[in-house]
Amino acid sequence: MSTTVETTTEIRPFHAEIPQQEVDDLRRRLAATRWPDKETVGDASQGVPLAKLKGLVDYWATDYDWRKAEAKLNALPQFVTEIDGLDIHFIHARSSHDDALPVIITHGWPGSVFELLKIIEPLTEPADGADAFHVVIPSLPGYGFSGRPEAPGWNPDRIARAWDALMQRLGHGEYVAQGGDWGAVITETMGRQAPEGLRGIHVNLPASVPADVEAALAGSGPVPEMTDEERAVFDGLAASRKSGFLGYFVALTARPQAVGYGVTDSPAGLAALFFWHPGFATWSFGADPNDPKSKDEVLDDISLYWLTNTAASSGRLYWEHGGAFPTSATAMKVAEITIPVGVTVFEEDSFRPPESWTRRAYPTLTYFNKVERGGHFAAWEQPDLFSAEVRAAFRSLR
Amino acid sequence: MSSSVDTATEIRAFRVEIPEEQIDDLRGRIGATRWPSKELVDDRSQGVQLATLKALADYWTGDYDFGRVAERLNAVPQFTTEIDGVEIHFIHVRSQHEGALPLIMTHGWPGSVIELLETVGPLTDPTSHGGRPEDAFHLVLPSIPGYGYSGEPTEIGWYSGRVAQAWAELMQRLGYTRYVAQGGDQGAAVTDDMARQAPEGLIGVHLNLLRTALGSTAGLPTESEQERAALEAVTTFRTSGFGYFLEQSTRPQTIGYALLDSPVALAGWMIDHDTDSYYKISRAFVDGQPVGGLTRDHILDNITLYWLTATGASAARSYWEGGRAAALAASQTPPAVTIPVGFTTFPGEIFRAPRSWVEKSYPNVVYFNEAERGGHFAAWEEPELFSKELRAAFGSLRNGRST
Repeated sequence: MSTTVETTTEIRPFHAEIPQQEVDDLRRRLAATRWPDKETVGDASQGVPLAKLKGLVDYWATDYDWRKAEAKLNALPQFVTEIDGLDIHFIHARSSHDDALPVIITHGWPGSVFELLKIIEPLTEPADGADAFHVVIPSLPGYGFSGRPEAPGWNPDRIARAWDALMQRLGHGEYVAQGGDWGAVITETMGRQAPEGLRGIHVNLPASVPADVEAALAGSGPVPEMTDEERAVFDGLAASRKSGFLGYFVALTARPQAVGYGVTDSPAGLAALFFWHPGFATWSFGADPNDPKSKDEVLDDISLYWLTNTAASSGRLYWEHGGAFPTSATAMKVAEITIPVGVTVFEEDSFRPPESWTRRAYPTLTYFNKVERGGHFAAWEQPDLFSAEVRAAFRSLR
Repeated sequence: MSSSVDTATEIRAFRVEIPEEQIDDLRGRIGATRWPSKELVDDRSQGVQLATLKALADYWTGDYDFGRVAERLNAVPQFTTEIDGVEIHFIHVRSQHEGALPLIMTHGWPGSVIELLETVGPLTDPTSHGGRPEDAFHLVLPSIPGYGYSGEPTEIGWYSGRVAQAWAELMQRLGYTRYVAQGGDQGAAVTDDMARQAPEGLIGVHLNLLRTALGSTAGLPTESEQERAALEAVTTFRTSGFGYFLEQSTRPQTIGYALLDSPVALAGWMIDHDTDSYYKISRAFVDGQPVGGLTRDHILDNITLYWLTATGASAARSYWEGGRAAALAASQTPPAVTIPVGFTTFPGEIFRAPRSWVEKSYPNVVYFNEAERGGHFAAWEEPELFSKELRAAFGSLRNGRST
């Protein structure tokens, strides 16, 4: 029986290689896209505008090269190991500094490991070796090259436990954890579970919204007394909820399979869904010189979802999570976290909680900073700035 | 300039013609469907089940006759006419009984005029369907703008109230000066708006969805067992059955891309409606056991119509218009309905509206009944029973017996 045990805890090198016929099929489908009429408004208030999506899809069908994306992944040490019955894919980039601090960094939706690739070098090989990290970047269950769960139960609690098991299996007895978007939910859950080796966490989507403010936003309570800064954030949150951007959250929470058919059968449909997310919707793909994200970068990510056929399975995480708002302190139970917490607010994100709320939410907050540049996918958008924040947040925990 | 006025109000005969290559393309796409992995649960709680949708796709490319849509629609007199800048498609069946009461009946989402076709016989020709000559209706079945063969609005503003105004214009253009209106689902919204606008000639309405309560249950009585059950059903819908509603109200273009490009996405999105109709439709495909008129062919006639007219996005936009109109009118109380209202509660509906709720919403309820069978798509599922309800509801309004 010992061989079975060895097999399941084995760490196997991984190399991404999508069969050519899958890549060809994607191009064929893109070229055969049947388009709806133009939206009846002059902005994105009915969803991603036809002209914007067509521009991206045309490029995807013609000039985009998936093999370059694959090469980016394959240039990094990738592995797969089975945890709790499921294959977990991860990147494991060790620093040349042996005493580097291990960190596990978790991506979000509609992101993937692609959103975190640019921070690997700055984190593993910083100018000052004392800031170095060994970086572990797993793919969430049902995402990318990780396995797709075949039974319910892979909720953030279970994923958080799997991440600790992964770090222990890699020999990282003591480590820290970081995340934004779903990564923040997983990281905060790890913080609550507080496994023995976890020294601290850093998140860039903090669950800062206090219970009374959440109730006022939901219309089930009075608007509490607030400072001017808090009031401005409150007004922004109220406006953004009315704008309908939360719809994807509700739709995926309630009916991931119903949304899943379209995004599995239509690559244009998949891209359109991703543009619902405010983090993607504001990107200009090089049209704005101050906004460096290219079409290639976003298509690497969308193509990964398509080619691994994980558009439906990734959406199921919302269903598993049950609809608790990742920004709500009460829903995320962050007051239960007893280990050190660091928070960075990126000012180009749609959610920019004030420090006062964040201090109320996290009793063990040891680091808080606001930076001007960078949005929801800060590691992707501003990798150097993001890396500097991670270093600063964890410096006291080394 | 008079000639341009003539053109705009002209009523033109219409026939459905579907190019063969569109059918071939549709068949090819269904066959090439790329499927997601199976849902992780044994019920509809994650959305339409893979086995259901696969059975639907198999039947669609296998036994289904793609000529049915054109055949069924062309079997009834169809017309188009331009109203308020949009081409309106409608079916107009005059009864042979001269004293028939004109009735304009509006479909919903994810329905179309297809869901109402089986009521044409019983409503216009009652003597062949167990009724009396004095039960007859002249029937007008329009397609809502953005649906089926009506034009797609290219500008915003086509919410249910504007559709209601267009319907009054349509009835007038057809020469009907004294008529009634009926609707469920989106049709209930249009019909409710018509009742509030009370155009000259509209003498009563019948509804089979209580739109007012779906929007807000505030102020509705919740004492009796029936009232509490209705409240619970509305709450369930608003918490777990609301995804499609919110999606279409906020980002119709987003889901529109998939609905236009993938026939299976369209089918899945359309049958993921209320729980009762979903399981009835699922049983029709998986077990071959349809309930009433919700047969495999009828379901696919409707989905095929959406595909061939490429109206997945434009139909979804009607929810966006509804959301925008509701936001704009948030601080205003809509005008009360003073004309007579009939209501039928069908047992499988999203919630079984109790009489007390209907009376709270409409002061002048002249007819209320709880039907034995039928659900959200009552006209489709139980056309005979549904037609009997309309006969009974509008009976007192005929021949000037009510003003």
